Amino acid sequence: MAVELAVIFFSMILVDNYVLVQFLGICPFLGVSKRLDSAVGMSLAVTFVMVMATAATWPIQTFLLTPANPDGSLKWDMGYLQTIVFILIIAILVQLLESILKKYIPALYKALGVYLPLITTNCTILGVTVLNIDNGYDFLESIICAAGAGIGYLVAMVLFSGVRRRVEQAVTPKCFKDLPITLVAAAMVSLSFMGFGGIVESIFGV
Amino acid sequence: MDMQMILMAVILVTVIGLIGAVILVVASIVMYVPVDERVEQITGVLAGANCGACGCAGCADYAKSIVEDGNAVNKCVPGGAACAAAIAQIMGVEAGSVTPMKAVVACSGTCEKTSKRYEFQGISSCQAVKGLYGGDGMCQYGCLGYGDCTRACAFDAIHIVDGIAKVDYAKCTGCGACAAVCPNAVISVVPEHKRKPVVLCQNKDKGADTRKACTAGCIGCMKCAKACPKQAITVENNLAYIDQSLCVGCQLCVKECPVGVIHVPANA
Repeated sequence: MAVELAVIFFSMILVDNYVLVQFLGICPFLGVSKRLDSAVGMSLAVTFVMVMATAATWPIQTFLLTPANPDGSLKWDMGYLQTIVFILIIAILVQLLESILKKYIPALYKALGVYLPLITTNCTILGVTVLNIDNGYDFLESIICAAGAGIGYLVAMVLFSGVRRRVEQAVTPKCFKDLPITLVAAAMVSLSFMGFGGIVESIFGV
Repeated sequence: MDMQMILMAVILVTVIGLIGAVILVVASIVMYVPVDERVEQITGVLAGANCGACGCAGCADYAKSIVEDGNAVNKCVPGGAACAAAIAQIMGVEAGSVTPMKAVVACSGTCEKTSKRYEFQGISSCQAVKGLYGGDGMCQYGCLGYGDCTRACAFDAIHIVDGIAKVDYAKCTGCGACAAVCPNAVISVVPEHKRKPVVLCQNKDKGADTRKACTAGCIGCMKCAKACPKQAITVENNLAYIDQSLCVGCQLCVKECPVGVIHVPANA
């Protein structure tokens, strides 16, 4: 059991990293990675929302949208409401997080600026919640998976903010200035993450 | 059965929405952060063009930085002195002076003064023309005349007249939005002055080459520099430049210029 959870957790960070391997949530990845402290703040906010959103959406999916009879058949199937209900819940959570940050951590609130409301439409959050359901994870596995995805996001952001500092100091051809060279750098970091393929399975011997 | 399912779906989403609404209302009451009402007031007073001339991301952002970070009150260029005074009243500080700024198009190459090198048939944008062999004009430095500035202007103050951009000084607020989009950097924003002239040309080629491209171009003949009693004019790269801080507005250079390219912008 513990091994399975560890496999899910670490493969979310390294092998199935949401930003660098599955290419979700690129907007804040490029937008907030300029400075290390705001990158960390953003990642922690995303991780928090991911775990909360999973904790809220998993029971709703399992008990309200697609509740199962003891024999395994569905009582009713409202799975088609998944997207709209999940987005609703994520929006509420982000709004809640925004008022909490505004009250208790105004510095982080200021640093995140427009990216905090953007978490609402951040596809990583919706991606994590939907893929948890699609992969058939149970509640604990879903939470671990969401936490792993959040930490993976943090790893990607921290790594890339370091890369970006080097890129910004480098002499870049005029046509590659700013965003183009950033995208090229992001592609290389993403490529390097491809090298983690299979590492988790080998370590835990699954 | 189908009707029942539809009803259930509607009820489910409504209930989730209502529960969320209750949570958010409670949270917003419990975690209420008092907002400084002066921010709203100042946002109302500002010009509302979101031009960014103050250096902030927009009018609301500038209002916030005045109240919270003590930013200067006289940075709203479109709003001018009246706006600065109004903000100063709200903040209870001295207004300071606002120098009115105006956009100046440093090109005199109208249709009869210069000609085209090729006929451009792409999208009507200076940026696009500039990308094709550096523009379709004989002069590589002048106004391209496809109106990127007209589209950037929030105040309808700059138009293409006779092939080059012309600023309507009554409407221009000096926000610099046109200067930022001009791919040839022909437009600059200078302090408004009734008498101080400006060289309305950007051509840095040698006099003979300039002459071939445009009959209104600065040929770098140095006559203005010699005529100037204050040594305010320098000629560099075959182009005259008037230092506005040294200029006293005697306009001897305007009379002396053989190609008639030096003008007071407001009278040009």
